[in-house]
Parts: sequence; structure tokens; C-alpha cells
Amino acid sequence: MTEPRWLRITRPIVLGLLATFTLVPIYVMLTSALKPLKDVQAGFRWWPSELTVQPFLDIWDTVPLGRYFLNSLAVSGAAALLSVTVAIFAAYAVSRFRFRGRGTFSITVLSTQMFPGILFLLPLFLIYVNVGKLTGLDLYGTRTGLILTYLTFSLPFSIWMLVGYFDSIPRGLDEAAAVDGCGPLRTLLQVVLPTALPGVVAVTVYAFMTAWGEVLFASVLTSESSRTLAVGLQGYSTQNEVYWNQVMAASLVVSIPVVAGFLLLQRQFVAGLTAGAVK
Amino acid sequence: MATVTTPPDVTPPPAGRPATAPKPRRVGGTRFRLTPYLLLIPALVLELAVHVLPILAGIWMSTRGLTQFFVRNWSEAPFVGLGNYRIVLDLDGPAGRDLLHSLVVTTFYTVLSVGLAWLLGMTAAVLLQKDFRGRGLLRTLFLTPYALPAYAAIITWTFLLQRDTGLLNHVLVDQLGVTQDRPFWLIGGNSFWSLVVVSVWRTWPFALLCLTAGLQTVPGELYEAASIDGAGFWRQLRSITLPMLRPVNQVLILVLFLWTFNDFNTPYVLFGRSAPYEADLISVHIYQASFTTWNFGLGSAMSVLLLAFLLVVTGTYLVLTRRWRSDD
Amino acid sequence: MLRRLAPVAAALALLIPAAAACGSGDDDTAGGGDAGGRTITYWASNQGPSLEKDKEILQPEIDRFTRETGIKVDVEVIGWPDLLNRILAAATSGEGPDVLNIGNTWSPSLQATGAFMPWDEKAFEAIGGKDRFLAGSLSATGAQGKDPVAVPLYSLAYGLYYNKKMFAEAGITAPPTTWEELVAAGKKLTRDGKWGLALEGGNISENAHHAFVLGQQYGGEAFDAAGKAQFDAPGNVAGIKRYLDLMAVDKIVNPSNAEYAANQSLSDFANGKAGMLLWQAAASGLASQGMTEDEYGLAPVPFPASPPAGGKKINSMVAGINLAVFEATEHKDAALSFVRFMTADRTQINLNKTYGSLPSVQSAYSDPAFRTASVKTFQEILANTAAPMPAVPEESQYETLVGTAMKALFADIAGGRTVGEAEVRSRLADATKQVRAGG
Repeated sequence: MTEPRWLRITRPIVLGLLATFTLVPIYVMLTSALKPLKDVQAGFRWWPSELTVQPFLDIWDTVPLGRYFLNSLAVSGAAALLSVTVAIFAAYAVSRFRFRGRGTFSITVLSTQMFPGILFLLPLFLIYVNVGKLTGLDLYGTRTGLILTYLTFSLPFSIWMLVGYFDSIPRGLDEAAAVDGCGPLRTLLQVVLPTALPGVVAVTVYAFMTAWGEVLFASVLTSESSRTLAVGLQGYSTQNEVYWNQVMAASLVVSIPVVAGFLLLQRQFVAGLTAGAVK
Repeated sequence: MATVTTPPDVTPPPAGRPATAPKPRRVGGTRFRLTPYLLLIPALVLELAVHVLPILAGIWMSTRGLTQFFVRNWSEAPFVGLGNYRIVLDLDGPAGRDLLHSLVVTTFYTVLSVGLAWLLGMTAAVLLQKDFRGRGLLRTLFLTPYALPAYAAIITWTFLLQRDTGLLNHVLVDQLGVTQDRPFWLIGGNSFWSLVVVSVWRTWPFALLCLTAGLQTVPGELYEAASIDGAGFWRQLRSITLPMLRPVNQVLILVLFLWTFNDFNTPYVLFGRSAPYEADLISVHIYQASFTTWNFGLGSAMSVLLLAFLLVVTGTYLVLTRRWRSDD
Repeated sequence: MLRRLAPVAAALALLIPAAAACGSGDDDTAGGGDAGGRTITYWASNQGPSLEKDKEILQPEIDRFTRETGIKVDVEVIGWPDLLNRILAAATSGEGPDVLNIGNTWSPSLQATGAFMPWDEKAFEAIGGKDRFLAGSLSATGAQGKDPVAVPLYSLAYGLYYNKKMFAEAGITAPPTTWEELVAAGKKLTRDGKWGLALEGGNISENAHHAFVLGQQYGGEAFDAAGKAQFDAPGNVAGIKRYLDLMAVDKIVNPSNAEYAANQSLSDFANGKAGMLLWQAAASGLASQGMTEDEYGLAPVPFPASPPAGGKKINSMVAGINLAVFEATEHKDAALSFVRFMTADRTQINLNKTYGSLPSVQSAYSDPAFRTASVKTFQEILANTAAPMPAVPEESQYETLVGTAMKALFADIAGGRTVGEAEVRSRLADATKQVRAGG
């Protein structure tokens, strides 16, 4: 395919503009995290008056960032693994079986995506509290409750993506397995899943990121001991002032694991979407 | 089974094919009947417990005069019937007027933000379609905002939009001299545009991601054939790329619409617990109505109306685009 | 059939250990702190420079309490953005801390929930009597005629801070006592990129506090005698307009203050970008930003030169933090002895000294730390010219709605729009209707 000349000229310009747009906040985050406090209180400057790593040291003392980090890791990790496990089963059912209520199920699950969080935040909180009272299973203020919540947040999209992925895997494989005497579960585990690995990776990454960044529910459903990073970051705006340099440093620290993970698995993510979402 | 050790090459299904129903599984007659339901149980139970049940409770709450007097004992809150709805739907009263205003603002915000996010995503996806040096790097860069945790990303925007200490005014006023007055970006009319820009910044990578994935399923031969026929760039875009991306777009736009419409993080982190009137998005509006004044009956009524609105919009969209599997 | 289902069951079983594994990781976090009734939970509010610093400040005191009584205390410091939500959660669930800090303006609203122990005579006796507390601070502990919902812990009031050097350079010899003088002084200070006064135009609560005080000065009441909202009464409109005019008409406030909501005005004052500041106990905040005590002076907040009919001699709201006991606590005695400890002289002296706030009990003022000129100024304000925010359950709505209206008005002013009496009144009228409709 030969390209028209104008396209060859516009491409770098447009991509350059988009790159600038993308980069500016990231640049601000990076450089401000290396500035002394007086720099971020005065007018903006492109480069720190003196480079300092002090904000990166201070952030751990201003709020218990280490604990928040572990909480986020535990919550997001568990939520992602559980979500993807549940999604695999559901997606397999939808993709490979024809049964009564199949369409209803798909629509119901996907439609939960449109529920405004604000509507079920408070009732959910009430339910958690009452479950705790009735059964002694503490859901409110614990990581368990948050894991449960987050795994359902990513579930609809995950199921839907995996259904697409599974649908793209030829059924001939299943049938061959059935002839070999495999039950549906073994077929899923030994035939379908290995083929669908990129899709599974994509869904796991998606679920992890959903949980990692969530603020609204975490702010109401956690206590100090189960607080996650996304909410914990608010601790840098306090009674007296906003420590902008620390806010930026902490934001950076919080971002690195997910960004790194996402970018590493980016290829699988795209591959997963290709076969899944894009049928 | 052991014969299948490596995943066989899975050629992507021909794109744009109508969503065909999978072949019914009839092997073994009735004995598999229960299996799909068992497989669905975990997902179903979780969705019911964490989404559906609370929504029902929310609808119940919307019929109660649930104020701070009853937070301790919810069940005793007086039944007010449609009283809460009457208040929030009374367009002559301030509550109803503000809710309508908020809905209008949110709609504009969503349309603009989704439209721009899609446009940027589409542009970048098409421009990145052809391989060139640095393409991988650029793609990685573009995707970064999507991976950044919401709070971290938005708080950075808040910082760079400060009137006196932010980057934007530093560039506009001090360096370029575009205006003399330092404009405000987080209060007043501009706050709406700040909201749109931040939202687009965060969501367009997702559009890029989906569209990139979508483009990979478009067979290259189609373009080659079109080139031979003398079709130019725009012609190819119109008659190959866009039609091939139709299924992706239908879903992508719906998902972006729902995410953006219900977005709480962006306005909340950008403006704090009271958004400027011009950027009063519905989620924060309801949050303020219920959580800062503890009038949960009223807040729930607003949320239920919002849900109804979204149901109608989504339903209409789905009917118009007919994406649903028709089998059942 | 069973044989066919076995793999399904096996697969589902896979889920269970996973769930259990993550559940067990929670053991250490499952709060409650119920170890034999000798451990109580305390939610402290953020008073110091950071949540962690607060913990460091409180811990020695709490250790002393544990040594004295054998009762252990789990302290959790909660930031202000979270505190009200957490209290809501506690009130709703009946599962909360045993003792907690509340902003004293929340007292009437929280009282209405019934989730906190009312302080009757007997309860007060257990902590050494009601008379120990400052009368002013006691007035902000709930609705009149009802048992208080909390006791005062840290007391505060608004004062006018001024930069001595900037005043001297501008030839101002004495701090202003009237708004007219403040404007005149502000105009002298406003030059070379510096401004007369810094304020938090985007901070809802702070706006509402000034609305209340100035409303009182101009003869307004936010709620009538029957407790009905009337935010748009003439006195309230006049008071709020006086405050807004500092930016709109007198132009002694940098328009950028309209977006301040995170204490940037304190930084501006500390950095010499503004010559005056209306603030509650700014000492520790200013110190942490490098402004020493001899660099600034403190005076009472001004009054109008000629107050209109009905105007009151009020120049601050009764600010401060109260200490409440959770009604559902299972350790009421332990909770009461903790409150007794926190309001005892020694604890009051130690903590208030560190935080730069004022003790809530009379006897603590014998300590030399509280005999400075600035403490005396605050003490006098609290004793004579401070009034509690309206003690009605709708107080939180008042703060939210009026504070938000003022934020919008400041934004209009900063955006170059004219904000006259009509604009102020119409915003306040809307806010009034909203409270009446919802209430």
C-alpha cells in the first residue's frame, strides 16, 4: 500500500501532538516529585531549583504508605485472581452451552455495568454490616469485603471478553476432546484455557487495574487497617497544607507497579482484546 | 487428550462475521443439562449479592424519609411514597432544577468526552497501523494514562491546572503571553473544559487499545485489493476500516458512555466534594446530596432516576445497533 | 451423573481454598478490639501536620493512660475528608470506636442520630464535672436544652493574623478593628504582587463560618426561632456580601483565592504573599512553613464600624474539636475514664501546646504556655465574642449549601462577573428552599 505524501507528513505531527498531550502530566508528576516544597508552592517551574529525593523519603512518614501498599496488593491481587476464575467458568458456560436463560444471563451481567456506583454504595455498605452482625463474617472494614466488591466490578467485562475469546476457539477441539472421553471441565482446563491464555491474561490485568485505582468504595468500605493506596493518597492533603511534591512522589510510587505490569503484558492484552472483544 | 500439547494455531475469526450462535451441545442428551448452570453459579451469586441486591435496597431507600435521624435504625425511617421523587422532579424547586442542570451538564460532558476519546483513539490507531521505527514505544506511551491509577493521574492534573502555581497558566500567560489575566481552570466556566480534557486524557488510550485490537483482525489483503483498485486513504478508511470496526465501535462506545457518565473519580479528585456549578456532574451531585447532608432517601431517589435514564439510553442504543445475540 | 459432575465440583472446590486463603490474611485487620474489655478504640481527628505525626504526638499520652489505668487504647487517626463518612458508617452499623473526635459544628447533626452517648449530670461527674470546661466551648456541644452529645477537647477561635513587617512597611501602626479599617489597611498592602488578605474561597466550611459570623454582625440569623432555614434574611445577605466584597469591590484579595480549598491561603500568608489572614490557631501551621512567631501579630476579627440594627458583637464561631462516646460501646466505663484522662489538666496542656489550640478546661490555663498574648486574645474571644454555629440538626446542610453558594459567588467574582446583593440573595434563597424541601 503506497501512502499519499500528506499522510507521511501529518503522521509525525499528529502523533507528536498526541505524545505531548500524554506526556505533559507524566512529566509534571516526575519532576514535581523531585522538587523541594518551596518550588511547588511558588509559581510553576519546568525544572526543580534543586533536585531532591526528599519527597520520596518523606512520603513514608506522612502516611503509612507501606501498609496501604500491602493492602492494595493483597486486595487487587486476590480480586483479580478470583474474578478471572469465576469469569472463566461463566464464560465457558455461555460460550459452549445452549441453555435456558443464557441470553438473560448475559444481559443481566452486562447491564450491571450501568449501575451508578453511587446508588449501591450505601446499600452495599449496609448489607456488609448486617452480614457481619448475623454471621460474624466481617465484610465491612476488611480486605475480604473489598475483594468481594472489586471482583464483581470487573466480572461483567471479563466474562464478556472471555466469551468472545472462547467463541473464537474452534469447537472442533472440544469435540475431539469429548470423543477422547473428556468431560466439560477437563475440556475447559486442558483444551480451551491453554488456547485462551492471552485472553485470560488480559482479563486478569484488567481486573487488577480496576481494583488498584478504585476510590469511592474504598473510602467508605475500608478502615485504617484495610485502607488501600488509592484512598491513602488523600492523606497528603492535611490540615495545614498540601505537600504537592509528596503527592506527586507518592502518586509515582503507586503508579509504577500497575503501569509496569500493564506495559509488560500489553501485548497479551491487545491479543486478548483482538480475539475477545473484537469478534 | 495428551495429543493436544501445544495450542493449535488459532486464526482469528473472519472479522465482521455476524455473531453466530454456538452449536448447541447435544452430546450425551440430558446429562449435561446442569453443567452450565453450575458453572454460572459463582458469577450469578456474586453479581446478585454485590449489585442487584443493593440496587433493590436502594430503590427501597428512595421511598423513605431517610435522614440523619434514622441512620441508626434504617427500618424505622418513615415511608414517604413518592415524596422524594416529587422533590427531585419538581423543576420549579431548586433541587429539581439543579438535578436537571446536572443531568444536562453530564450529558454534554459524556458526549464530548466519548466523542473526543474515540476520535483520538481512532486517529492514533490508524496512524499506528503501519509499522515504523518507534511505533512500539509510542503505543506504550499512549497506553500509559490508562494504566495509571485514577487518583494519581487526576491529582496531577489538579496540580497543573492551579491558577497561580500550575503549568498551564505558566505556559499560557508567562511564556506565551496568550492572555494577561491568569484564567481559572478549576472554578467557573473553564472547569467544564478541564473536566473534559482530563477525562479524554484518561479514556482515549482505552479506545486506542480496542481499536488497535480491532484493526489487527482486518485482513491486509483487503487494503491491497483496494489499493490495486485505486482507492485512496479516505476511501479505504470509509469502505474498509470503518465497516470492519463496526462491531468494536458499537461496544466501545457503549462502554465508554457508561464509564464516563457514571464517572465519580474525575470530578471528585479535581474539585473536591463540591463541584463548580458549571461542572456539576451527576455522580458528585448525588454524592453531595446524600453523603454531606445525610439525606439518603433523596439521594437514592436521584440515583434511581439516573439508573432509569441509563436503562432507557442503553436500551435504545442496543435496539438501534442490534448487537445482541438473538439466541435464547 | 455423579461421576460426570465430579470434575465440576472439583473445579468449584478450587475456588474455596483461594477464598479462604485471602480470608485468613485478614485476621490481623479485623478490627473491633474486644480483648476482654480492657482495650478501647479511639478515633482521633487530624490536628497535626500529618496523620503519622498525629499518632506520634498522641502515643506518649496514651501510653501514660495505659500505665495509669491498665486500659489499652487502639488509636486510629482519621483524615478530615474521611471522618464524617466513617462516623456515618459507625452510626449506621452500631459498630464503631468507643471514643471519637468530632468537629464541634457537627454536634447537633450527630446528636440527632442518637448514636452517641448523651452527657447527663452523672456522666459529667465521672469526668470531674461540667464546670471545669470553658462556657464558650460547652455551647458548641449540641442543641440547647438537651444533654450535650460530646465534651470539648481542643478549643479554637478565629483571629486576624497580620504580617508585622508588611504592616510596618505600609505605615500601618495598629491592627484594624473594623472592616473599614481592614479594607484601608488591605489597600495599602496590596501592591507589587502582594495582597492585603488571603482567604479560602473554595473551602466550603470556612466560607460557612465567615457567613455565620458576618451574618451575626449584620443582624442575621440562619434559622428562625422555630428552627426554619432563612439563609436569605437581609442580615445574612449583608454579612456575606461584606465578606465577598473584600475581593469583589475592595480588591484586597487575590482573585486566585477563589479556588483555594487546601489551605493555600495559609501558605500565602506564611510566604509574605498576603499581609493578613483570618484563621483558627495558625501558629503550628505557620511554623511548619517557616514563619516564626515574632513575624506576625494576632488581633480579634474586625466588626463593622457602625453595626446595623440587630447586629451582634460576635467575631468568631466557637471552633474546636469535641470528644464523644459511642452509644453502643461495650466499655462505657473505660471510655469515660479515657475522656476524663483526655480532659485532665496535664493531657490538655500537653496536647493543646503541641497542636497550638486552646485547652477546653479552665484550670489548664495556669500553665505558662497559655499565658502568651496570643492565647489571651483567643481566650477573650472565646469567652466574650464567640458564638456557636446554629445548633440545629440541619447545620451540616447549612454549611454545605451556604458554603457552596459562596464558593460559586467567589468564582463569579474571580471570573469578572458582577456580584451584587441580588446575586447573593438569589443563591441564598435557593439554598434555603433546598433545606426546606429536604427537611
